[in-house]
Amino acid sequence: MTNLAIQAAKYVMIVLIILYTLSTFHYHRGHTHKRRNHSSGMQIFCIFALHLTGFLAIILYTGEAAMAVFYGAQVIFFILYLAFFRIFYKKASRLLINNTCMLLAISFIMLTRLNAPSAIRQFVVTVAAAAVAMVVPVIIKKTRYLWRFCWLYACIGIAALAAILAFGSTEYGANLSFSIGGLFSIQPSEFVKITFVFFVASMFQTSLSFKRVFVTTVAAALHVLILVASRDLGAALIFFISYLLMLFVATKSYLYLFGGALAGSAASVLAYQVFSHVRVRVQAWRDPMADPTGDGWQIIQSLFAIGSGGWLGVGLYQGMPETVPVIRSDFIFAGIAEEFGGIFAIALVLICLSCLLQFLWISTWMDGMFYKIIAFGLAAVYGAQVFLNIGGVIKFIPLTGVTLPFVSEGGSSIMSTFIIFGIIQGLYILKQDEVDRIEEEEKQLERRRSAVYAKRPGKGKESAGKPGERRRRDPSGRRAYQKSK
Amino acid sequence: MFFALLFLSTIGYFCYYLIARSEDTIQSAYNSRLDTFSERVARGEIRGSNGEVLARTVEDEEGNETREYPYANLFAHVVGYSDAGQTGLEASASKYMLESHVSVVDQVNNELNEVKNPGDNVITTLDPYLQQLAYDALGEYNGACVIMEPDTGKILAMVSKPDYDPNTIAQDWESLTSEENTSANLLNRATQGLYPPGSTFKLLTALEYIREYPDTWESYQYECQGSMTYGDSVMNCWEGHVHGLLDLRLSLANSCNTSFANIGEQIDPDSFHSLCESFFFNQELPLSSELSQTAAESSFVLNGSSGLAAMVQTAIGQGETMISPIHNAMLAAAIANGGTMMKPYVIDRIESSDGRVVEQFMPESAGKVMSAAEAETLTNFMVAVVNEGTSPSLQSDSYQVAGKTGSAEFSSNKEESHAWFIGFAPAEDPQIVISIVYENGGMGGSVATRGAKALFEGYFSRQ
Repeated sequence: MTNLAIQAAKYVMIVLIILYTLSTFHYHRGHTHKRRNHSSGMQIFCIFALHLTGFLAIILYTGEAAMAVFYGAQVIFFILYLAFFRIFYKKASRLLINNTCMLLAISFIMLTRLNAPSAIRQFVVTVAAAAVAMVVPVIIKKTRYLWRFCWLYACIGIAALAAILAFGSTEYGANLSFSIGGLFSIQPSEFVKITFVFFVASMFQTSLSFKRVFVTTVAAALHVLILVASRDLGAALIFFISYLLMLFVATKSYLYLFGGALAGSAASVLAYQVFSHVRVRVQAWRDPMADPTGDGWQIIQSLFAIGSGGWLGVGLYQGMPETVPVIRSDFIFAGIAEEFGGIFAIALVLICLSCLLQFLWISTWMDGMFYKIIAFGLAAVYGAQVFLNIGGVIKFIPLTGVTLPFVSEGGSSIMSTFIIFGIIQGLYILKQDEVDRIEEEEKQLERRRSAVYAKRPGKGKESAGKPGERRRRDPSGRRAYQKSK
Repeated sequence: MFFALLFLSTIGYFCYYLIARSEDTIQSAYNSRLDTFSERVARGEIRGSNGEVLARTVEDEEGNETREYPYANLFAHVVGYSDAGQTGLEASASKYMLESHVSVVDQVNNELNEVKNPGDNVITTLDPYLQQLAYDALGEYNGACVIMEPDTGKILAMVSKPDYDPNTIAQDWESLTSEENTSANLLNRATQGLYPPGSTFKLLTALEYIREYPDTWESYQYECQGSMTYGDSVMNCWEGHVHGLLDLRLSLANSCNTSFANIGEQIDPDSFHSLCESFFFNQELPLSSELSQTAAESSFVLNGSSGLAAMVQTAIGQGETMISPIHNAMLAAAIANGGTMMKPYVIDRIESSDGRVVEQFMPESAGKVMSAAEAETLTNFMVAVVNEGTSPSLQSDSYQVAGKTGSAEFSSNKEESHAWFIGFAPAEDPQIVISIVYENGGMGGSVATRGAKALFEGYFSRQ
């Protein structure tokens, strides 16, 4: 009987996440306020329905009333989170808020199923992180001189990474974290990603001279090299990729892009030759069956989990995700694929893609170099991290040991992801205010012109506009005129 | 854009994995999930080609499951056992039997009644009638027999002796695996046993000669004196027979050792080596997956650096050449099938417990190993073996057998040898191929001929 309910829950959850995913892409194409709000309402319904379905299955299977209490706490959190934005940040991107809630809901269900006590701890950390990150948009919006701290960002970042190299505790062969009082451990590279993006953005804000680029590159390389020395390859790759892309977007120079990519490839080959742990990773990726009980173990167990799940999954508690090492953090995607199914997992990737597209749109939409680079840099950091995580888990690329933002367990990861999303929301609100101002002016102009247009029959929907001006759509679907340069 | 592409290619790889790779991957012995499948699904049955139950799971009142094998020893090796580890089809087809494809309604029903879903049944190509014939034909001898359909590769019977009773494998385990027991009951000699091919190998020697001398082989002549010397050694024909003047066809029909020793001196060992490799010596045999996991590799070591003695010995099927009974069946089947070698297979289809076909397996070619003309020539030679040569007892009014006997010496004592027969019938439209080997069956292959006679008689008298 329980199994039937769990199977039913599985199908309901697949339908809900498909609906949700479709609606996020519908949202991207939404033209009007009305449709946008309709999409958002639909998304919020899907989030709560999916969360409820998952927890009903958990409560039914475990038979523990405490689970219902835990569920209630999560619902209150989601309501407060949504309400807070609705009240204080009216103009924030609803899509990003909803995606955040959806990813967290999936994470809570999976983590509770895997290990309830650690899920509770993760929930507490999430609430704290969400609360702290609430101030981020307002800081971004109000503080107009963030680009001045240029070298401070670099110093903080390099110092933190160097400290971890010197004093950090070792985990899976890499120096990753500080332990504080034995209770919490902090993974500084998660936060340095942000200061790094700010550093690069503020460097490029003032000048793009060769000298400037050179100095920035040296500082960026220092970040990457320290990470390589700490054996945190995933973070090193994220920093490298995002720097290269930021450099390209700032300078539009293919020379830098390809030169950098070439240097990166050469460095990878060198790393492969020099570091045995890099070779081990690559070999475990190419042929995990060569050492199925040793180096290949992780990835093989992950593939077993994903393969056993198939397209539809086996249902909550019906699989054996606990056989996969670090399933709660780095490998959570494998657990989701096993129990919720391949279709669900693909929808999850698409939701991450939807976040990324929103980031990128905001980046193209921002005017100043500083904000543009920040949005783009954070998009690159986020995109690289999702790709490295999921690609690694499914054996598309070698394992690098990074978390899946908002879904994996881990305090530093959740905190830094909330901050990243908060910064993006801040930029979005900043721009939105500006757009509203322009639109207001535009409306007045339109009113004056309407008398002229009314006389012409068959006016095209898209063609209305002042001649000579390019129209572009903002991420929310509203229209804004690009400022002429 | 760059990132969208990365994400989409990740999704693409994910789909590729789920569609193409996951099935094989999760069958790994390192996947602890496999053990838990049996908690949800009642293991399906293994059945013969006409639905006869070869293995099934029965449950007693207390819900304890035991595996039952109604034919006891008869299918021991090919079906295998699953109560002391797993072998045979019990191992290689386990994945099918632990999946259930009954209708959704039945699944819900079973769930509500807390009954396990019945696993899918494996319908094999094995025919209990022929299996019994082969089993009886081997009699008290150790050895193996494979019967297959030449044009499809379907294995109709596969017997290995000595055998064991899979019903009591757990109890008998100690004695079967003890050090005193040297008869290797658990070994499936049909796929894992390697024997010198003896004179059956002369078919390949003849083929090599035909290929090296395409214009002159038909005028090949040799005057058999009953013995010949090569180097310091002497080669004798069987029981000192003097065959007189022979062409290639009669050399094979009479299995004339001296004539083939003469051929062995004339052929190029490197070219012979590559011919044998094209017939899958020294490599994994092209078998369907349910058979390939434990099959042995046949070996052919002769090459350009081998000496004259090795060349002569190899030409008559002695020396270091080794072949498994199923491989020899495949060679005969390729001749019977106009030169195309079919992949042998045992699983015909998978059915759900309510009889719906879940998966149907189709015959697969392993490649064209010789031309139709070469196959026809060898068929004629093999007909001559029966009509004019060493095996007149296989003559029949109702069907024409094409075959080749062999006796393979395996020790310095010339009296001790394995007896082989490979062949097919009817020669003009082959329906079955037989490969049978009797360990220590004696010289001249008369034991093997008798066995083959019984099999052909049994097969054709049923129709």
